[in-house]
Amino acid sequence: MPEAPLNTPSVTDAPMLEAVGVTHYFDVSKPWLQRVISREHRQSLRAVDDVSFAIPRGTTLALVGESGCGKSTIARLAVGLYAPSAGEIRFEGQPLSAVRAQPELRRRMNMIFQDPYASLNPRWQVRDIVAEPIRAFGIIRSRREIADRVAALLTQVGLAPSDGEKYPHEFSGGQRQRISIARALSSEPEFLVCDEPTSALDVSVQAQILNLMRDLQLRLGLTYLFISHNLAVVRHMSDRLGVMYLGRIVEIGPAETIFRTPRHPYTRLLLDAIPDLELIGRSRTPVGGEVPSPIAPPPGCPFHPRCPLANARCRNEKPHHTREGDVLVACHAVEEGRTSG
Amino acid sequence: MPLLSVRDLTVEFPTRRGVLRALDRVSFDIEAGEVLGVVGESGAGKSLTGAAIIGLLEPPGRIAGGEILLDARRIDNLPYEAMRHIRGRQIGTIFQDPLTTLNPLYSIGRQLVETMQTHLRLTDAEARKRAIGWLEEVGIPAAAQRIDAYPHEFSGGMRQRVVVALALCAEPRLVIADEPTTALDVSVQAQIITLLKRLTRDHGTAVMLVTHDMGVIAETADRVAVMYAGRVVEIGPVVEVIKHPAHPYTEGLMGSIPSLEHRVERLRQIDGAMPRLNAIPPGCAFNPRCPKVFDRCRVERPELLDAGVTRAACWLHADRAAARSERATHA
Repeated sequence: MPEAPLNTPSVTDAPMLEAVGVTHYFDVSKPWLQRVISREHRQSLRAVDDVSFAIPRGTTLALVGESGCGKSTIARLAVGLYAPSAGEIRFEGQPLSAVRAQPELRRRMNMIFQDPYASLNPRWQVRDIVAEPIRAFGIIRSRREIADRVAALLTQVGLAPSDGEKYPHEFSGGQRQRISIARALSSEPEFLVCDEPTSALDVSVQAQILNLMRDLQLRLGLTYLFISHNLAVVRHMSDRLGVMYLGRIVEIGPAETIFRTPRHPYTRLLLDAIPDLELIGRSRTPVGGEVPSPIAPPPGCPFHPRCPLANARCRNEKPHHTREGDVLVACHAVEEGRTSG
Repeated sequence: MPLLSVRDLTVEFPTRRGVLRALDRVSFDIEAGEVLGVVGESGAGKSLTGAAIIGLLEPPGRIAGGEILLDARRIDNLPYEAMRHIRGRQIGTIFQDPLTTLNPLYSIGRQLVETMQTHLRLTDAEARKRAIGWLEEVGIPAAAQRIDAYPHEFSGGMRQRVVVALALCAEPRLVIADEPTTALDVSVQAQIITLLKRLTRDHGTAVMLVTHDMGVIAETADRVAVMYAGRVVEIGPVVEVIKHPAHPYTEGLMGSIPSLEHRVERLRQIDGAMPRLNAIPPGCAFNPRCPKVFDRCRVERPELLDAGVTRAACWLHADRAAARSERATHA
């Protein structure tokens, strides 16, 4: 792919966000003295391993996976809260580090967090919470206009302008998540990273929030990176889907294609493991085992200890992505045609 | 005769600002060997129902009315010691978080042996042998070696397997499982559900499965009770409740669950939120959010009425229920 030229404002053909070979390590070594005494080496945890994806403007890329697969680390990398250990993230073709240095570009991305109880300052009134990005970026200066803007934002997410006087504890979980969304929208972003935005909510409230997010995307032309462990939610929200396992994307492509014909054995396992209303009283034989520790991932394909299709090659050689139609899959069995069906 | 019968159970929390009624005349039965799912949103009273049955209500919460019968014997008014013998022996429990259920200072073998010796007459050697048997049955590899390991040496899924073994090892007739898979990843959740289904079927144990995950209920339960604001709003066979819900709340709840099978443009949503305990509206608790509300709903609380195959606490079914009882009296 040709390198997108730097310093070109509003490159329309460049994807909103692009990750190229992004890797992120966490240092999980013991303290220096302990390490010296017990003669251990430094230890690192590879949370994200050579991940590449692109999110075209106005679409949603969803990343799914179980706990510890690195999806939240990617969310933080995507808005620049962590710097990648290797590889690069580009926002409209420009490196993220350059974007982060310019407030007028930085305000075009924002984040919605999982826990609406922890992500709102309990001692601030809602109107100050929502207005904080407006003030921080100096988008509007006059008090009167800020108040009007906050009222408009609260209305947009289905709250009343008078709710701005209240404090977060006066709201239910779903309403708090609406406040989080209003805050995220206040800097007029085009790109939102949503890290498990509904997993702390009850299903009926989840439906309200998901509908709201879809409406806002259509109305404001937002681009979402949507992180979730819930495949049913992801199916409802995503245009493209990436399935992650132990820091790697094992399958990525158009969501409908992956849901209709999952190719990677792990994607199949996930789809099969989810209890669904359509499958009343069915019995099944779930795949055994659990996600191994990312500190000492198994050699070869990280999924091989649980994979029904694993052979000697899977145990020794890390699979690369191969293209199957619109979908990229990292699996030797798929590449060799060893999967049935 | 049902194994467990809960009749008009009411639980109240006295507070400085008045008495909060957290459970309001909850009634249901569980037959021997049956799996009853209890669903609802947070704060609906599902976990509280379980806690009241096993006599572990947190003070100041107290049972203010109704009764709980196990094998036609009242257990809600038993003294502490007598109840202690029923917990574990007659009613086993599985909670959400395996780490807080297991004692981190005792090996899992010791915890199993102690539980069994409290309730069954077993020698040390017998109890240990049985403990290994249970660990094998719940799928812990190399059980004979792992029995002396401590909880922190197990992964989350393995710990929950140990908790399942602990709940079943005294061979209770009823297990109360409160969100047993909520803290687990989906692939592990599937393993635990399959395990729970198999073991309870093999041992003829009845299960009260409390969860907010309708998918888990669909796959596991025989019957399901839907709770809202401390009341049972609908109860019936799982297929009927999911496919043909009779209560507008159940209908809204089912519609708001995103499906894996097909994608819809908009999810159905129930506007508003469940009322707080100090502001439960008069009449039907769901009436301010109900799309089919009419005058009677705002003043008179509906009991569980006959609604075809299921029973629903909704005035929409009053006519049908009345017609049936009339036919019955004429017959």
